[in-house]
Amino acid sequence: MLGGAQGPAVQRALQFQLEVGRFFGAERFVPITNAHMMGDIEVLGDAGLALLREFQAAGARARIPITTNARCVDFAWAERLGQDAGECAKEREVIAALQAMDVMTTDTCINYQTLYQPHLGERVAWGDTGTCIYANSVFGARTNFESGPAAMAAAITGRTPEYGFQLDRHRRGSFVVDLSAATLADLADWGAVGKLVGESHQNYYAVPVFVGFRRPPLADELKQLGCALASYGSMGMFHMPGVTPEAPSLDAAFGGTVSDDVERMVITDASIEAVYAGYDLGDGDARLVVFSGPQLSLFEIKSLSEKFAGRRVAPGSMCVITTSNGVISAAEKLGYLKPLEDAGVAVLEGVCFYILQNLSVMREKNGWKNMISNSAKIVNIIGAHKFRTILRRTDDCVDVACTGRLV
Amino acid sequence: MSVLATITLDRAFGPVVEGAALVSEEGFSPRYDLDRWSGLITKPGHKLEGQSIRDRICFFPTAKGGIAAGWAFYDIKAKGIAPKAFIFGVTNPVMVQGAVLAGIPITEGWSENPLGLIGNGDWVRVDPGRQVIELLRRAA
Repeated sequence: MLGGAQGPAVQRALQFQLEVGRFFGAERFVPITNAHMMGDIEVLGDAGLALLREFQAAGARARIPITTNARCVDFAWAERLGQDAGECAKEREVIAALQAMDVMTTDTCINYQTLYQPHLGERVAWGDTGTCIYANSVFGARTNFESGPAAMAAAITGRTPEYGFQLDRHRRGSFVVDLSAATLADLADWGAVGKLVGESHQNYYAVPVFVGFRRPPLADELKQLGCALASYGSMGMFHMPGVTPEAPSLDAAFGGTVSDDVERMVITDASIEAVYAGYDLGDGDARLVVFSGPQLSLFEIKSLSEKFAGRRVAPGSMCVITTSNGVISAAEKLGYLKPLEDAGVAVLEGVCFYILQNLSVMREKNGWKNMISNSAKIVNIIGAHKFRTILRRTDDCVDVACTGRLV
Repeated sequence: MSVLATITLDRAFGPVVEGAALVSEEGFSPRYDLDRWSGLITKPGHKLEGQSIRDRICFFPTAKGGIAAGWAFYDIKAKGIAPKAFIFGVTNPVMVQGAVLAGIPITEGWSENPLGLIGNGDWVRVDPGRQVIELLRRAA
C-alpha cells in the first residue's frame, strides 16, 4: 500500500494515517468493518472539496461500507432559508465526489440508531463525536473520534491506527458519577448531566462511570448524555454498570477493582435545575426553537408530533426539527409529520441546524439573538455563529415555540 | 540567540516553526469558537474573544468536542488564516488528524503550564522533532 502498488489514493491515505498513528505511538494498524464520515461544503470549504476531487481522480474507492454524517443543506429548504445558491451547487459537487468513491451519502448523525449497530469489540472508524461515544459506550465497539479525512482514509485503506479507544487501557473508568438523586425525566436533563460532567472534566480519555440510576435508560436518553459528554468534555466513552456491555459491574467498569480514592461526583435534581437557571434571554427574545444536534429518532418525532398536535408556532417565531431521510420517511408513513407541518414546524432532512450553510446570515436577517433547544450539545456548539443559547426541557421548548415567550 | 525558557512536550508533529504566542486559559474548537473566514475567535465569552489565531503559535489547555477540525484546519490553511502551530495540554485525535492533513505543527502535553510563563506576543520556537518549545524573546 505504502509503496503505491494499490494506487496513489491508497498510498496517500495510508501516509496520512501513519503520521496520525505515529503521533499517538500506535504500534500497528487494525482492520475495521465500517466507517462514518463528516463531509459537507460548510466544513470542507473550497480546499476540502478540491481535496475530495484529488482523491476521486486518484481512483479512491471505499473498501468497506462508509456512510456520511449530517450535512449543511436540505435542498428542498435551501431557497426558503436563504442559503447561498453557489454554495448549494458546491454541496451537490461534494455529494457527487463522495458517491463516486462509493461513499453512502446517508447524511445522518444518528447512524447508530438508524443504520448500523456494531457489536461488542467490533472496530470501526466513526466521525461525529456523538456517534463515537455511543459506539464505544453503548455497543462496546471500538473507535476514536475519526474526523472526515480520517474516516475517509480508513475506508480507503480498510484499517485504522491502533491508539486511544482501540486499546483496552483507555477504556477503563476514571471517575464515578452518582445519579441516585437525579430524576432525569426529560431528554434535556440527560444533556444537562453531560454538560455538568463534561465541562468539569474536559479530557478525551476521561471515562465517567454512571451509577445509581434506577430504571433502564432509553436509547434517546443515552444519545443525549453521550452527545453532551463528547461536546462539553471532548469525551469518547462512558460506562453504566448493568447497562453498557463492558461494565457488567462497577469493578469491571474500572478494569478490575475500584480504588477507594476514586473521584466521586454527585448529580442531583438541584444541580440539574441550576443548569436551567443559568440561561436567560439577555436583551434578546425567544423566537427560535430548535430540536436538532443530534438528529431526532422516530420516537422523538412521534413525541413532538403529539405535543404540537392542534397547536401553532407563534407568529414571528421559527421552530426547526432536523432528522434523517429514513426517520422522515417512516414518520410520514405513520402520520407523525402532518401535525408538525400543520403546526408550522420546519422539519429538515439530512442536516443539522448548527452546521446549516449561511446560518450566521440567517441569524442576522431574522434578528435572532437567542436559540432555545432541548439539546445541551447544540446549546454548546452554536456559539461561533454568535447565538446566545438557552437549554430547556422538551415541553418547555414546545411552549416557547407556540407562545414566543420563555418559560 | 539565547533561550529564556524551555518547555518539553509529550508528543509532536510537524516542522520547526517560530512565531508570536497566543496563550489561552480556555480550550478550543474550530467549530464552536472560531469564525473560519476571518480567523477570529468569535464565541461570545471565550477568553480570547476577538483575537486572531492567524500566524500565531496557539496554546490551549484542552480541546473541545467537535469533529470539524479534521477538515477545518485544511480549509483555514488554504484561506491563509491558519496559526503557525497548535500547542495543547491535552488534545483529541480530531485536532491531530486535522493538523496532520493541513501540515500544521501540533503538540500535546507540556512539562510546565505555559500560562504565566509565556505571554501573548512573546516569540517562541516549536521544535516537534526535539519535542521542545523555546521562549526566544519577550513581547516589546
